Order: sequence, then C-alpha cells, then structure tokens
Amino acid sequence: MTGLLSAADLDPDMLAEMFRLSESFLEVSSRRIPKVPALRGRTVVSLFYEDSTRTRLSFETAAKRLSADVMTFSVGTSSVNKGESVRDTIETIEAMGIDAIVVRHGCAGVPAQVAQWTDAAVVNAGDGAHEHPTQALLDCFTLQQRFGSLDGLRIAIVGDIRHSRVARSDVAMMSALGASVTLVAPATLMPPSLEGWPVATSSSLDDVAGDVDVVYLLRMQTERMGQHLMPSMREYTARFGLTARRAARMNPDAVILHPGPMNRGVEISGEVAELPNALVVDQVRNGVAVRMAVLWWLLGSGTELVPSVDSAVPTADVEDDRG
Amino acid sequence: MADTVLIRGATVVDQSGSRRADVRVGADGTIVEVGADLDPTGAEVVDASGAVVAPGLVDVHVHLRQPGKEEAETVETGARCAALGGYTAIVAMPNTTPAIDCAAVVREVLELGRTAPCDVHTSGAVTVGRGGEQLAPMAEMAALGVRLFTDDGAGVQDAGLMRRAMQYASDLGVTLAQHCEVDELAAGGHMHEGEWSSRLGIPGQPAEAEELMVARDLMLARMTGARVHFQHLSTAGSVELVRAARASGVQVTAEATTHHFTLTHAECASYSPLFKVAPPLRTDADVAAVRAGLADGSINAIATDHAPHTQEDKERPFEQAPPGMLGLETALALALTELDMPLEQLLAATSWFRPPSPASVTSMAARLHPVSPPTCACSTPPRRGWSTPPTPQVAVAIRPTPGARFGAGCATRCWPASSW
Repeated sequence: MTGLLSAADLDPDMLAEMFRLSESFLEVSSRRIPKVPALRGRTVVSLFYEDSTRTRLSFETAAKRLSADVMTFSVGTSSVNKGESVRDTIETIEAMGIDAIVVRHGCAGVPAQVAQWTDAAVVNAGDGAHEHPTQALLDCFTLQQRFGSLDGLRIAIVGDIRHSRVARSDVAMMSALGASVTLVAPATLMPPSLEGWPVATSSSLDDVAGDVDVVYLLRMQTERMGQHLMPSMREYTARFGLTARRAARMNPDAVILHPGPMNRGVEISGEVAELPNALVVDQVRNGVAVRMAVLWWLLGSGTELVPSVDSAVPTADVEDDRG
Repeated sequence: MADTVLIRGATVVDQSGSRRADVRVGADGTIVEVGADLDPTGAEVVDASGAVVAPGLVDVHVHLRQPGKEEAETVETGARCAALGGYTAIVAMPNTTPAIDCAAVVREVLELGRTAPCDVHTSGAVTVGRGGEQLAPMAEMAALGVRLFTDDGAGVQDAGLMRRAMQYASDLGVTLAQHCEVDELAAGGHMHEGEWSSRLGIPGQPAEAEELMVARDLMLARMTGARVHFQHLSTAGSVELVRAARASGVQVTAEATTHHFTLTHAECASYSPLFKVAPPLRTDADVAAVRAGLADGSINAIATDHAPHTQEDKERPFEQAPPGMLGLETALALALTELDMPLEQLLAATSWFRPPSPASVTSMAARLHPVSPPTCACSTPPRRGWSTPPTPQVAVAIRPTPGARFGAGCATRCWPASSW
C-alpha cells in the first residue's frame, strides 16, 4: 500500500491488522508521555484546502506522537491564494523532502490526482463528496471495540448521504466487514443512483431506529435548504433527527455515532448526545490511534509491509517516562 | 516539376456515389477532373491503389479559442489540426473573449483564418456576449457569411428569447444551433448524473437537462418554422425526440461528437478532467442510441466539438476544470473504427451531409464546402489498413502547448491528404 485514497484500498485482512495496530497506539496515547520515536526523521505534510479542525488536529497529533516532523500547509495564508495550482504546490513541497501528504480538498478526486504527482504517500483526509477513509477506519474501529466484530451488525446511516464522503467510505468499509447497512434519508438527500451499493434504504428513521445496533448520524448543513433539498431544518429534525423519543426506542445495546461536528438540536438532540451509548468522544480518541496506525503502516515499517504489533510499536522508549 | 498531380487507382467516394476513378489536382490544389483513365502526361502521378479519395471533411463544431485564449489554441493551430485530420472546412464556435457576436469579431476571426491551411468559417452568437438576454446582430454577421448562430457553451435559457431568435433568423437564410442544457437542472453538475457520479461523489447533471431543451426547441421550431440544428446530442432521449420530430416534418438537423459515440461516464472514475466534457459522457445505452441515430440518419453530422484547454486547466480538480476534449486529428479514425456504417454514409456525415438530412445543415455545408470543384481531397485507407488502431483515449490526449501540438495525432499518418 503506497497511500490511502479510498476505503476500498483496505481489504478485511488489512483492516484487521490496522485495528490491531490501532489498539497498540491507543495504549501509546494513554501513556503519560504519549510519544514513540517510530517515525523520527520522517516528514508528514498536512495540506488542507478545506476548513477542518478535528481531522487536521487528529492527523497532526498522530504524526507528532510518532515523532514525525509535521509541515502544516495553511491554504489561507499560502501561495494558493496567489493562484498556484495544486500540482505546483505538490511539486514545491515535495522538493523540500517529504514522506507523506495528508490532503483534504473540497473537490472529489484531488487526492488521486495528487498521488500522480508525488512519490510521497498520499492519505485522503476527505475529498469533496467522495471519501474519507480514515473516518471510516475510526468508525469501524470504534464499533469493533464495542461489539467485538462488525460481522452481522445492523447499521443505519442517517442524513445527507448524497453529499457525504463519510457515508461513502463507511458503506464500503462496514459492508466489507460484514455489517448490513441501511441508508435513511429523503430521496433528495440520497445519491441519484445506488446501483452497486451494498445497502438497503429507508425514508423513515422511525421504521429503522428500533431494529439496528448502530445509528450513525450525519451532519446536516444549512446550505441544503437553499438547494431545495429540505424545506427546513425543523422538518429535517422532525423526520430524521435522533430525538430523545426516538433514542428511547433503540435497542438497549445499540450505539450512536456521529462524525462531528454535531448540530445539537438538528440531527441529534442535546440530551441524546450525552447518553452513555453515544460514542462520539470514543470516535475522536480512536481517530488519533487509527491515524497513527495509517501513518505507521505507510511510513514506518521499513521492509516489512505488515509488521507484527510487537515490532510495530517500540515499547522500550527512551522518551517514555516510566518513573 | 509537374504542376498538376494525378491520383490514380483510388476509390472515389463523393455525393454521386462510389467508383474507381482517377483524380486530377490542379496547381492551385483544387480538383479539376475526376474520371476513368485520365491522361498522366505532364502530371506527377500518385499511386493511390487501395485508398479512398473523398471530399475534404467539414466540422461544424470546433473551438479555436481566438480571440482571448490563445494559450490554449489559435485559429492557425486549430486549422492545422483540422488539416491533419482530413478536414478542409471548420466552423469556429463563438464562445471566445470577446464573444463572436458582432461584425468586428467575425471579421477578426475570418481574417485570422485567411492564411490557415483549411477553410475557417465562424458561427455567431445568438445573444450579445452569449449572455442570453439580448439578440445579437445576426443580420450584420450573416452579411459577412455567417450561416450558423449559437451561444454554444451554454443554451439559450429563455424560451421567449429563443422563440424571437428563431423568428428573426427565419428570413436570413441561416441556421440556429443549440447547445441543449437547461441551467436549472444542470447547474453545478460536472458529469452525467447516475451510477458513476453517485459513486464518485461528483455532482451530476441528468440526461433530462439536455432533453428538456431539445423538446422545447423542437416545439419552437414547429411554431416558428425556423431551421434548427442540435449540437452534440448525447442522450438516448434526445435522439428519440429528434427522430420523432423529423418524422413529423419539423426542419431539424443534429450532430454527434466522436466522444459521445465512443466513451461513457465510467471514464470519469479516473478523476481525470480530460474526460470532462459538456454535455457530459453518458451511459452505455446513450452511446448505443447515438450510434443508432447516426446509423439511421436521425443524427446527420459527426462533429468533434474540438475544445482545447491548457494543461494547467486540465490538471485542476475535476469539479473545477473546464469541459472539453480534442478531436480534429482523430475523428475520422474513430468514426471508421468505431461506427458500423457504410463508408459512403460515414463520409456523408463527416463531409457533405447528404440525405437523409432534409435541409438546414446540408445547405450550410454546401455553402461552406463547394463541392464542384472541391478545394481539397482527403484519402482514407480501407479499415484493415490501420497500422495502429486508434483507441478512444487517443482522442483526448492533450498537448501542452500549441507549438508542440503535432505529436499525438495517430490518425494523421493514415491519410496524406495535405501532402498532395
């Protein structure tokens, strides 16, 4: 694997290995000094053409905990504002000597284009409405932690599927791991065609909420109202919001996921977000660990493509203050 | 040196059919005589046994980018591509900067084309600045020889304005051509809306965005009696609408591009903006319908919609890159290898637009391309003669600069028309 552009880049065996690595890196993150020298001397560039707080911080934290050098390319203050092309930007930063580029862009396919222009490993941190593979990794890792396996799990993904890169990556990865996914949205927020998608669909959260193990809520954006995709936020909440009433009808063991940032009172009510089976904070914590696993996988293994966990994570670490 | 050339032993295919004949080309490059066993005395003899000699090709849809975007293409470089592809006449689209919407710009383009290696004609905009709000001075442009009016790159959205344009054009002896795309359905869409756009996360535009305007303009054509030409039809529904309207007597012609009968929206999976075109690449069923439309004459003309862009522009993100592919150098090769049509019918669609076309583009082509005598000839070898069968991808190879633009034309070696 030379990069991570799509959830489909990871088959179930690779995913299992990735989850094992992530467990190890969770342990690292829980140390008093949560840092290992695994990627010392390697340089990771974070190149975000689109606003992001949590994904960017998560990747940069992951790289720093692996002791990589992090170059942060802020589009807002860069030569992009002077009209520089993506290709010129890539060739410029590559000339400085880099090992990985974590790229987010508002247009689908940009990470795939970037990968053609650089020898560095390219990690897709979200491209338009296409994919967000590390989000799917952290979602699936979180579910594996909770349920032991995704095989046979019933998952409802609720909301703006049409514009969601999270949904596209999650559908691919969750179904590859044996889960059965139901997309819940009005037709205006469904992709125009679901040909080839391994999913069921519903337009009623009420019909689905009581029958699933996972309710995955997508962020609803106000701009969709202007595009005539929903009459109002109020109507969205009335039909597709996870209200306390709907949450009460979920199975007792069922969990709630959300990729963040949450619109409390829209797709999820404030009190539901605080329920113990809402795993949003676990998702964020796991996000750092799975991104450490991805970066380690891509940059740290030397000759071994899939290092064992023992060799993957140095345990005798000079920087680990065990005193 | 002999001042005339005698092409011997070829199969001559033109409006009057197909037969074995010799062709004499005069010193000025025009064909002076076609007949059996012409006298070779004093002529340079070219043995063309096994080749086909036909009138030069005519492309009613090319973008020459001049004035305004000379780094992508110029009248001169575009015309050279055309000549390499076997074309002897091309019609420039008006979406330049400024738009070709008045006599001054028409004159400029025609002047630029005067020394080009093929005949350069220009279309004119239907509305001022292609803005869709006010009729452009069609009569003053028609007086300079403009025979085709279009806002290509966009369709005229306002049905009332289009109606008036058709009425106004009806006594000018010109054809109104439409790029059919209804903004309300197409806006923000960068590829065909369907299976692939859904998977790739690229906003799409549905087939109905095109079909709605085809249907509207057919009704307006029926209402006004205007001659209407549909540009680059890309959907099965559009082909069917045109077929039915023609059968009911509406004066209408249509063209299809090489990429719309060779490529589908699956190409966009590469995210390469080379496959971004307007209208977008569609489904297998649409490609089949376009081919069927060409075969049964519902679509009269094969056009290229040759639309060069700079490499920088075609390396932008798919959703930000401008639409357009090249086509002039490879169109004939693609038509010959991809379409299952008799050679005479295929050449009719790329050159003289003969029946079953009823009227409009036919008469335009006849004006553009006087066939007696033709200004040039092109030769095509029999199909089995292709040394390197062109792939669809060849048609979309971009060349980085106008200066380096003669490298990619695989089809060009196949017919030495310009060297005769």
